[in-house]
Parts: sequence; C-alpha cells; structure tokens
Amino acid sequence: MSTFSSPDTPEGQPVRPEDGTRRSFMKQAGGLLGLALAPPFVGPAERLAAYSKTVEGVTSLQLKINGTVRSIQAEPRVTLLDALREYLDLTGTKKGCDHGQCGACTVHVDGRRINSCLTLAVMQQGKEITTIEGLAQGDALHPMQEAFLKHDGFQCGYCTPGQIMSGVACVKEGHAGSDDQTREWMSGNLCRCGAYPNIVAAVREVAGKA
Amino acid sequence: MNNFSYTQAGSAKAATGLLKDKPQAAYIAGGTTLLDLMKANLEEHPQLVDINTLPFKGIEQTKDGLRIGAMERMSDVGENKLVLEQFPAISESLLLAASPQLRNMASIGGNILQRTRCGYFRDAAFPCNKRVPGSGCPALTGDNHNLAVLGTSESCIATAYPGDLSVALAAFDAVLTLENQKGKQRQVLVKDFYLLPGKTPQKETVLEPGELIVAVTIPMTAQARRSTYLKVRERSSYAYALASAAVGLDVQGGTIRAARVALGGVGTKPWRSPEAEKALVGQPATEATFRAAAAAAMRGAQPRKENAFKVELAQNTLVQALMKVAG
Repeated sequence: MSTFSSPDTPEGQPVRPEDGTRRSFMKQAGGLLGLALAPPFVGPAERLAAYSKTVEGVTSLQLKINGTVRSIQAEPRVTLLDALREYLDLTGTKKGCDHGQCGACTVHVDGRRINSCLTLAVMQQGKEITTIEGLAQGDALHPMQEAFLKHDGFQCGYCTPGQIMSGVACVKEGHAGSDDQTREWMSGNLCRCGAYPNIVAAVREVAGKA
Repeated sequence: MNNFSYTQAGSAKAATGLLKDKPQAAYIAGGTTLLDLMKANLEEHPQLVDINTLPFKGIEQTKDGLRIGAMERMSDVGENKLVLEQFPAISESLLLAASPQLRNMASIGGNILQRTRCGYFRDAAFPCNKRVPGSGCPALTGDNHNLAVLGTSESCIATAYPGDLSVALAAFDAVLTLENQKGKQRQVLVKDFYLLPGKTPQKETVLEPGELIVAVTIPMTAQARRSTYLKVRERSSYAYALASAAVGLDVQGGTIRAARVALGGVGTKPWRSPEAEKALVGQPATEATFRAAAAAAMRGAQPRKENAFKVELAQNTLVQALMKVAG
C-alpha cells in the first residue's frame, strides 16, 4: 500500500532543465532502461555518456520510507539521516556522532540495518527504507518496542530508536541466540546511560518468541 | 561536508573515464570511510562516482581460488558458507571488524582502501605528512599508543591500514584484480598492494589514479582451512585492533609443513611475516616453536614511548593464535 506524494515545487531551486528525464532515469536500476530505450543509431560514445548520470545542486529525490514514496529537494551531499530529520520531519531517527560510531541513526534499507549518517539520500532512491516511525501498526507497538518498555531498556532515550531498529534486525538475522551473541551483535549501538543489561533482556525476550 | 556532484556509473569504463577527466573525483561504494573523512574535512572531492551498480559481485570458486567481487559487503562475505569453511581467518577478520550496520554497508574494495585512525591524521588542525606532505609528524613524540612499531619511518608511524580483512588477505596470498581506464586488468598480491611510508606516506598503495579494485582471489590451501584471526582491542567489541594475528598452519604428524602469519595493528601496513613463517616450518607444533616465531616476527620493531607495549602484546597475540590452530 504505497502512496505517491506529488513532488515539491522546485520553485527557486537551481534544477537543471534535463532533470525530468534524469530523475526517472536514475530510479531505474543502474539506468538499464535508459540503455534499452536508446535509439539504435546512437553511437558508443553517446551510449556511454547516457549510461552515467550526474546530479548537481538541488534536485528532486524520491525516497520510499515506511511504504510511502516521499519527494524532497536536496543536494547530493545530504545524508539519508539528514533527509529523514531535516527534510521529512522524521525525527525519530537520531543524530548522535554523525560518523558511524554510535548507531543512533540506525535504519533498515531493504531489510538490512545500516547507519543512515554514512550514506547519501541520493544513493538510497528506489530502496525500501524503514525508520522507527514505521515499526508500529497504528497504536499497536512492535514487539521490540513493547519489550523495551517492559524491560526498561533506556534511561534518557536518545539511543533507543537506533537500539530498537538494531534489535529488530539482530533477531531477524538470527544473532540473538544467547546473551553473549546479542551483546556482540548489538555492539554497534552505544548507550551512554548504560542500559545495556535491560536492552539485552528486551532483545533476548523478542528472540525467544520469534 | 563541502558540496559535490554525484554520478551513478553504469559501467566500469564510464566510472574510470569520469575519474580520468576529473582526477579529484572519488568512487563511492558503501561510503562508510569516504563520507566520514569528507565530513571531517580530511578529504574533499568535487564529484563522487557511485560504483555500486558495477557488476563486481559474487563469491565463487575458480581455478585460482575463491574469487570475491569487490562490491560484496563485509557482512555477506563474513557469513558466506565457502568463506567460513575454507578461510576461517578471513571470516573472523570480517566479523570482528566494525559493527553489524557498518558491515552491511562497507564493500570489500572499500575496506581494503580504508585509511588510518591516527589521531593526528584525523584532526585537520594538526600537521600530518600523510595529509599535508612535508608538514611534519606530531605522532613521533605525541600520542602514539595505537600506532605502528614495524615498517615505520621518520615521516610516519601510522598503521596506514587500521582494519582486519587485509591482514588475513595478506597472510593467505590473496590477489587483487585491478582495472584501469583502458579497461586493462592487472593482478597484485595484497601483501604487495600497500606501500611502506618511507619519505612519501601520502602514497599508501600501488593503486593508480582512477584504477578500480574489481575482485580479490584467495588460493585454497590446507593452511587457510586451518586458520584463525585473533584480535586484541581496548574494549571487547567494535574497536580497531591494538594487535591482531592472522595465522594458518598445515601440521602433519606434529610437524609444521606450511605456515602463514600476518600481523595487524602493529605495522605501517598489513604485516606479513616471512621471518615468523621461516621459524615455524619444519618445527614441531609446540609453544616453544610459537614463541620463537613470535620473537622473530617482532625482531625489527621500533617502539616509541606510548606504543612499546605492542611488542610484547603482538608476540602474545601471535602465540595464542598459533596455539589455537595447532589444537
């Protein structure tokens, strides 16, 4: 059930005229469609040029987040984390270190957990992005969210969205088979309050039910 | 992070062609090293060329060994069945590195090209011969507790490659396939891929400008099957190695027939040790032999004030790793 929001108006944005074709082009895997559509009389050099597409300045990016395609106007340097927080108001995903050292920015891309601070939004187009906002079904919390509440898996709460996203992935990967294994495979998520025993308990409980 | 243009390359030729026209551009795969460095203003590139679409994928058995595409991710390679069976040390080197999130992102090619964690390199306020050639090296007399004791020079004592994978690759004679802007491929042993700092610490590998890492191929041997990677860190997980050892032994009737030894965290590059291997081959697989090999490996060490502990730590790490594979 995905809905497509209409792209924002590129008013006042330095969008280059050929953007329309480039945008749709980049959404196709690696531009294969573009090659297939190239007329047969196009020479090898032109084919090669058409095969690599460049984005410069502010352009329209489409990101599929929690089942919905959203459009933002952003530069290529915008990380996925900043796209979520600053462009889409999805502030559940936290910015801790912004260097891939703390895990607060953990989201799922195509079902795998990653640090959203170390990837560019422009690179994640066409992928399924899940954030902490996408876990609950309406008012029904995800079992990992319930377990964090039950086991008091946080104090200040800043690392919690990342811990929960990592915990969900950890269980799905089959890496929560023991307390030791859980600690090792949750080690990319730091908690300065030191709620680790409770976090491990929460992840282990969900793993036990899985 | 300064702005840049972004290009999704549809072919290796298009990617290398772009870097030929704009040598200051950089390839991006996982982005975990590159974006970190760009955010810290340690690298600046006017253009990033996304090579994730290139077909450098797959993990397959070939006549030369196990061939791993450069675009494969650390997590997938670390948990691959063939890698686990044939190269325990390589699997362990991958799964003991970074975090699960970073391993899901980082490519094999990018891992091989990750840059030093020397605090002076990573702080643009300090001089650094690697970052600004000729500016000096505060690490020589400064905080050098996590820096190298082997292969150092008066210009640089950084563990230029701070990671784990290339240590295991160097131990087991892995070969990199590189492709240049003419589409021509060449092969380089991982142990020869990295350069000693000498007077030019800014030149870290033999990779030519614009050249791409296509794949890594590891020969299948008895010693690779009987191997391990032992990593010693300041905390029990998610940290770089203070010292590490990738070792493999082929032991028959209690005698060592073949040995492979490489050390991490102590050299200015992944440190293959022919001295240790020579001390092992033909000898009984005993702790006394392993101690002698460890002493041989560290004989040329040049410790500094804060990293002198690494000489003993590396020897103990190596002995413990050898004891484990000897069973």
